[in-house]
Amino acid sequence: MRKGARRMSETVSSGLPAHAERHHVGHGPELRHHFEEAEQQHEASTLGMWVFLATEILFFGGLFTAYTIYRSFYLPGFEAGSRLLDVKAGAANTAVLIGSSFTMASAVHAAQTGKRKLLVTCLILTMILGCVFLGIKYTEYAEHWHEFQVPGLHWDSAATFFKNAPNGSVELFFCFYFFMTGLHAVHMIIGLGIMTVMLILSWRGRFAEKYFSPIEISGLYWHFVDIIWIFLFPLLYLIGGRYQ
Amino acid sequence: MEAPPTSRVNYLNASYGVKSWLFTTDHKRIALLYLASITVMFFVGGIAATLMRFHLVQPEGALVQPDTYNKLFTIHGVVMVFFFLVPSIPATLGNFLVPMMIGARDLAFPRINLLSWYIYIVGAGFTLYAIMTGGVDTGWTFYTPFSSNYAHTQVIATALGVFITGFSSILTGLNFIVTIHKMRAPGLTWFRLPLFIWSMYATSVIFILGTPVIAITLFLLGLERLLHVGIFDPAIGGDPLLFQHLFWFYSHPAVYIMILPGMGVISELITAFSKKKIFGYTFVAFSSMAIAVLSFLVWGHHMFVTGQSVYAGLIFSVLSFMVAIPSAIKVFNWTATLYKGSISYQAPMLYALGFIGLFTMGGLTGLFLASLATDVHLNGTYFIVAHFHYIMVGGAVMAYLGGIHFWWPKITGKLYPDGWARLAAAIIFVGFNLTFFPQFVLGYLGMPRRYAVYPPEFQVLNVMSSAGASILAVGYLIPLIYLTWSIRYGPAASANPWGAKGLEWETPSPPPTENFEEIPIVTEEAYAYAEGRTAHV
Amino acid sequence: MTGHVVSMRLYLMIFIALLALTALTTAVAYVDLGEMNTVVALLIAVIKMSLVVLFFMHVKYSSGLIRVVVLAGFFWLAIMLTFTLADELTRGWTGNPHGWGPAISSSQKP
Repeated sequence: MRKGARRMSETVSSGLPAHAERHHVGHGPELRHHFEEAEQQHEASTLGMWVFLATEILFFGGLFTAYTIYRSFYLPGFEAGSRLLDVKAGAANTAVLIGSSFTMASAVHAAQTGKRKLLVTCLILTMILGCVFLGIKYTEYAEHWHEFQVPGLHWDSAATFFKNAPNGSVELFFCFYFFMTGLHAVHMIIGLGIMTVMLILSWRGRFAEKYFSPIEISGLYWHFVDIIWIFLFPLLYLIGGRYQ
Repeated sequence: MEAPPTSRVNYLNASYGVKSWLFTTDHKRIALLYLASITVMFFVGGIAATLMRFHLVQPEGALVQPDTYNKLFTIHGVVMVFFFLVPSIPATLGNFLVPMMIGARDLAFPRINLLSWYIYIVGAGFTLYAIMTGGVDTGWTFYTPFSSNYAHTQVIATALGVFITGFSSILTGLNFIVTIHKMRAPGLTWFRLPLFIWSMYATSVIFILGTPVIAITLFLLGLERLLHVGIFDPAIGGDPLLFQHLFWFYSHPAVYIMILPGMGVISELITAFSKKKIFGYTFVAFSSMAIAVLSFLVWGHHMFVTGQSVYAGLIFSVLSFMVAIPSAIKVFNWTATLYKGSISYQAPMLYALGFIGLFTMGGLTGLFLASLATDVHLNGTYFIVAHFHYIMVGGAVMAYLGGIHFWWPKITGKLYPDGWARLAAAIIFVGFNLTFFPQFVLGYLGMPRRYAVYPPEFQVLNVMSSAGASILAVGYLIPLIYLTWSIRYGPAASANPWGAKGLEWETPSPPPTENFEEIPIVTEEAYAYAEGRTAHV
Repeated sequence: MTGHVVSMRLYLMIFIALLALTALTTAVAYVDLGEMNTVVALLIAVIKMSLVVLFFMHVKYSSGLIRVVVLAGFFWLAIMLTFTLADELTRGWTGNPHGWGPAISSSQKP
């Protein structure tokens, strides 16, 4: 509303030319024609990405809700399952993703300050770290497959039976492990796809101080995927502690 | 004085050819793409309903085997909910009108708008494939463990179709929210917005926050079916009721997705055909937002008898009573708007008046269902079926038809024959009540829903209901005919044939592709009708 | 149209803090704090998330509208959690001998 009133006074009192002439003044080719100003377009795309991330909170949220319920019912089984996970791999992956968030934020900084080479370098580093994450994840999955810890596909109840853990609850835990980390990995892969596009466009010099919005919103998506993992690590790998 | 439509360039004739439509980013063309698609899906769902009502004229079933009957009511529900009602007003009237009503040239993300239509088509494609290759018989609610473990029908294909179409909703909601925040014309403050925009905003909030949950739920259902194990499976400690919680977390707000846009249309129709500003604008606007928020707090009322804790039931029951309040506020405000208005009874107004009455009945009967004790008796009966059809058909579909008629001259540049339209509205009203009022009685008397056979003492009421359905079907076919006829043979429409207030009426009919030559500057409140014989309220 | 430019130095500090918190949460898991293990782990996760949201995602420098969107997402997740738990955790309260609760017990063998 303030925005609307401000623009009204600008157009009415400052005697700016009619729209048809104003249209060709002062903006580059990146301004889409249904927007009046570049600032408006930038704010719209940022708001749009945040609204999308809100949907992602609810999308993963369904899994987190289900996890919370079953963990409260079957803590021994969840603890037993959690101890079958490789904490070192999980912690390493957490560090890798945090690193990738740092390089991503640096990429946005580079775009904002018009440093093309730094932008390209940071995007490449982000993607490398993303691939490292997926690589570590793959080795973990391969290990679980080898140990018959994949529900529905390659599972052996006897191998994962634990005293005091209700029968089946370890399998339930592993359902969550694979569904949650799997969905997260899918989002990582999509993120890598987005980064590839951003890398190509950055290499071609598309982004500078005047226009860097796609880098910024790609960064928002990437950081969000990092945040999901920030929660997945303690919730899956550190249940019940490792002190026993 | 404006040039005859055929010689003036507008969004319909600005470019020709299939590619100019399939690759358009013009919100108005995308709205028409949606209009065509959802009309097709409406008739798919309607055919399923017709077959059901044929079948139910006899207690032992007149038409199909029980397994097939199960598929019919499932397909009817899935198609009508996800592929007709949820997108109906937002994707057609919303897409067309949101930019125009706020003085913008398009939505914030026109290409994403087009993408949302293609996503809808892909989702509809999967669902139609499922229908044609055996159908699905789990009910549109897909309850586990039947859907995850025992059904032998196309559950995964259908769930996939619904999952994909959910993203269409999410993108539409995202587009509307950003557009309404960032692209209002100068001077158009929030409280000068048409109430249709408020209802689109509130609906979009539900799209954003609710739809992802059904997406993950159906995704988990699909995984469980594929892997033969999953988080809803009791064999490993899963809780089938958890599926219901996650399902209804979206599906209850979804019913408000289906009615809120209709309410927005009614606010526009009542004011235009009473030539009077809305009574209590602020209350109506805030009620839309209140409905959107409260709708997320009541989903457990669908689970009162399925094994939910009685303590949770108590909480959900109280909240379900509360969510009725903002809807009631709107009904009072619309009625007060009519008072001392200069009322005319063209077809859109008939639909609006019908809405107010039928929605009120549907809403009031919801209170019986919100009350735990009576719900125990009424749940799973035809009382529920009647309740939600009064709201969805007597409410949402009538609002949709009223809106289509009201904005038809703007969308097509042609006038439809109002005499036929009023006849159709009357036939629909009569047919609707004959179809669904007997179902209240049937439910009260104990006839269960989703049953292919029933005790003989219920036959008279069932035959009445089926007779009503055939009348209703005729009522729906008539507009299809004259609206299509009007596109070619209808008289040309002026910019504002109804004399209504709103930025969309200040453009030619049909509008040019860019909507406005110059972005308008707004200086007056919404519904600023001349204060003729109206009392100052 | 630059938006707020955050310095590389601040990013580096946040990065180091995040790494330190990751090390901390991993280390604490090896210490027996009973119930508090979960609380501490979640607390650290929330702090890490907040650092990413506020600084890497620029929410500290963003408009009120963006903050409302972020909070709305989490608030709605909280609604889903709270009301679902309200059912799942209270089913056993009625004293019904055939009452609800976990479908399986620990006495079963594989």
